[in-house]
This record gives sequence, C-alpha cells and structure tokens, in this order.
Amino acid sequence: MTYMIVAKTCTGCGACEFECPNKAIKEKGGVFAIDPAKCTECVGSFETQQCAAACPAPRTCIPAPAA
Amino acid sequence: MSCGTAQRADDLPQPVWEKIQDHPCYSEDAHHYFARMHIAVAPACNIQCNYCNRKYDCSNESRPGVVSEKLTPQQALEKTLAVAAEVPQLSVVGVAGPGDALANAERTFAAFELVAKALPHLKLCLSTNGLALPDHVDRIVAMGVDHVTITINMIDPQIGAQIYPWIFFRHRRWEGVDASRILHERQMEGLEALTARGVLVKVNSVLIPGVNDGHLKAVNEAVRARGAFLHNVMPLISDAAHGTHFGLTGRRGPTPDELRLAQDRLGANAKLMRHCRQCRADAVGLLGEDRGAEFTLDRLEAPEPFDPRRREMYLSVVERERSDRRKADEAAQLGMTTPDSPVLVAVATKGGGRINLHFGHATEFQIYEVHSRGARFVGHRRTETYCGDGHGEDAAMEATIAALRGVSAVLCAKIGERPRERLAAVGVTATDQYAFEYIEASAIAWCSRQLQSAERAASA
Repeated sequence: MTYMIVAKTCTGCGACEFECPNKAIKEKGGVFAIDPAKCTECVGSFETQQCAAACPAPRTCIPAPAA
Repeated sequence: MSCGTAQRADDLPQPVWEKIQDHPCYSEDAHHYFARMHIAVAPACNIQCNYCNRKYDCSNESRPGVVSEKLTPQQALEKTLAVAAEVPQLSVVGVAGPGDALANAERTFAAFELVAKALPHLKLCLSTNGLALPDHVDRIVAMGVDHVTITINMIDPQIGAQIYPWIFFRHRRWEGVDASRILHERQMEGLEALTARGVLVKVNSVLIPGVNDGHLKAVNEAVRARGAFLHNVMPLISDAAHGTHFGLTGRRGPTPDELRLAQDRLGANAKLMRHCRQCRADAVGLLGEDRGAEFTLDRLEAPEPFDPRRREMYLSVVERERSDRRKADEAAQLGMTTPDSPVLVAVATKGGGRINLHFGHATEFQIYEVHSRGARFVGHRRTETYCGDGHGEDAAMEATIAALRGVSAVLCAKIGERPRERLAAVGVTATDQYAFEYIEASAIAWCSRQLQSAERAASA
C-alpha cells in the first residue's frame, strides 16, 4: 500500500514534499506525485501519513487503490 | 498609524520612524513615494484558514494568498533585479506567500540571501501566521529581516476554532480548540521573541463580522503589550466565487462603515494602516497599483544592471518633494476656513503625493477627511469590479459613483464632461482645478473655497 496524490485537485503547494520522510514526493508539471516505490505510508517514522496530514486540499492525498 | 497629513506619525518613537519612513506598507507618507514587491517563493502553508483558498487566481484580484506564478529563489532574484532596474521607487522585498513564509523557510531564506547579496539597499520583510515563527527567530535576526508581519485574529482558542479548522504541527494535524490553542501560544511566543530582539513586528487582524469583531480590542491589548508597533485591522474578503469556507457559507465581509467603526474602537492605540491594500502575494509597485503582470517569468529578459545612481537621484527628489508637500500643507492650514463637520474629499493619484491621475484611469481613490486639524488620509476606495462583472462604460461609472458615496469632491488631473455631470447629479463636485498639485494642500484649499463662497452667498 502506498499513498497517492490526485493531480486534478492538487494545488501544487508542496507542503507534502517538505514532510515526506522518504523523499518520495516530487513536483511534476506544477503538481506533486508520490513515488510508490519509495512510499512507506510513514510506517516506522510517524503515527500518521505526513503528506495527507499536511495537504490543504480535501480528498487529494489518499491511499492508492490496490493494484 | 495616525497618518496626520504628510507629517511623520509623531506617536512613534524616533528609531522606529527611521526604520519605516521609506517603507510603503508601514508609513502612510512613504506609500506615496516608495514601492514594494512580493516574491512568491512560499506556496505551502501549515494551517488552514476559513477565509483563504489559494487555488483560486484571477489577475484582476487583489487579495492575500493569491498569486499567478510561484518562483524558485533564483527566479525570485531575477525578478527582483528586473523590477529594481525598472522601478527606482522599489525599497522593500517581502515574502507574503501565497502560503506561509516560514512554512517554506528554506526557500524564503534562500531567496532573501540572494536578494540581499545583489541589492543590499532593499529592506526585507516577511509575513507569517506565526505557527513556525519561534523556530526561526534566530535566522530572521541573523538575516537582517527588519520587519515581520504576524496575522493574529484571536487570542481566545474558542474564537480561533471558528476561524482555523486545522493546523499541521510537529508531524500531525490538530483540529478544533486544540489547534487554535497551539497557534495562539506560538504566535505570542514568536511575537515576544522578535520584539525582544529588536525586530519590528506588525500584527494584521482580519475583521470577521460575527466571529471576532467584538474580540479585536482584546487582541490589540495583547499584541501591544508584547511590543507590536502596528496593528492593522483588515476587512474579511468573502465571496462564494473564491471558494473559501466563509465565502461558501455566506459569511460576509464588513461594510466600510463597520470596518471604520472597528478601527476607531481600537482608538489611538491601534496605529492603524488605513492605506493597507491587502496586496496579492506577487504584487509589484506602489500600493494601489500592481505591475506584477509586467514582470512575469516569460517576460523577464536580462535586466539592465541596477544603477545605484538612479536610486540616489530618486531619493533626493523624494526628499525635496516630501519637504515641499509638507510646506504646502502647512501654508494651506494657516489660511484655511474650518468646516463645521468633517468633509470627505477623494483624490485620483498615481503617487508622489500629488493629484496626478485622470479620473477615468483611476482604479481607486484616496479619501481625505478635512477638519479643524487639516486634511487627514482616512482610506482608499476601489472602483474596479471583479472579473465577469460590470462590462461597459455605464456599469463602470455606476461602480465609481457607488465608491464615491458620501464624498463631497473628487480632485483629479483631468475629467470628461459626462462623468463630471453624472457626479454633479449625485452631489459630488469633480474638478481638475488642482491638477498636479499636492494632495493635502489642495483638499484644504477646495474646502476653504467652498465655505468662503457659501459665506459670501449667505451674507449677500
């Protein structure tokens, strides 16, 4: 399981990028995206997913649907 | 600030006045002569406010939190160099968002370092919600940032809970009263730490009718006690089209009268900034004008190198102009006929303390109150409409007439016959008789002349 960012509602502010303990988040064309290979859902680092807790846009930084 | 005509605000201590006299945002007098620019290097925010939605952008819009393009620190330097070469009035570079300057501390300080190295004469300032402030006080002092603005809308977390749905702090999201309690404590801690280190701190409060209107006096007392040198009360900007929580739930902004009442209620302690324009986070130019669109990234070319001689020349002109304007004001006060009750006079100006703008080109009017102590700046009124509204000459004229309600006269550089007649029909005298003259002296002269001719008519 990883988190993902809904590009359509991402405001491009980058608050998530600062908080990610795994440096899994990068800007792509004005919005941000999470590298699923690097995302750990913050397990072992923090109690809550930092990207989702920092994101100002509702329902934008969410658990990725199972592949 | 008590903006007594063109004189210095004499209720401020001398060292404070020296620091702010060329700062357009802090000194009403300076805003006629000096320009500021905001560099939009801080897109992220660490709190959510019910009056803010940073997604919405319209180039006609003037409000904080809004920006057309965000910049890297290097791009911010390039933009600043371009503006400095073009706008000799530029004296301040600030980071005001579109998020929070200190939630993006690395970018903010990187941009400041670049700008300070290239253009050391520019003052640096930043504005913040205060949540991250205590962590950055040392760096703010070390970088020589001499002005910080903190937005403080409450000192009571119960009231805060109606303004801030959540904050992100120490790796988690906090909601409700807990969020506001943390925010409040961090704001007070940061304010105290900055003023103890000699940094000038201004406090902005957003006046939200029905939420904190009765509470701002308590806020004023708390921030004054902790050394804030200015407290600026700004109206809530609320419109459903902006997509803010307050806009969508029908929480309205204050009327101009409500705003003035709230400001007056704080009395002499408020040190209000009645000339505040609630600028966009990428505003460029004199207050009331926004030249940001001229300096977007795609338009930036290799700028002319900044020429300090041009700036020196401009500063000497300003010194002479300020002194001449003050003398003209004093002379006008000596010969003035005092009105029985204060008279409001609107002026069209593009800076320099003069009446130098065509009526039809004005997007705002500066309002002066003429009373027994001379002419005092009391605020500005915008004529512009939001995009999508008010097409056509007639609609624009209607908006202008509405903006000038209660004003006795409009002094401008030039005005056409039709608008002059339209204004006369609603009791507003419009004249270009004082074109290119100093504002205060002209407002006094117009008033005195009216009163004298009324007296003559009465005795005839």
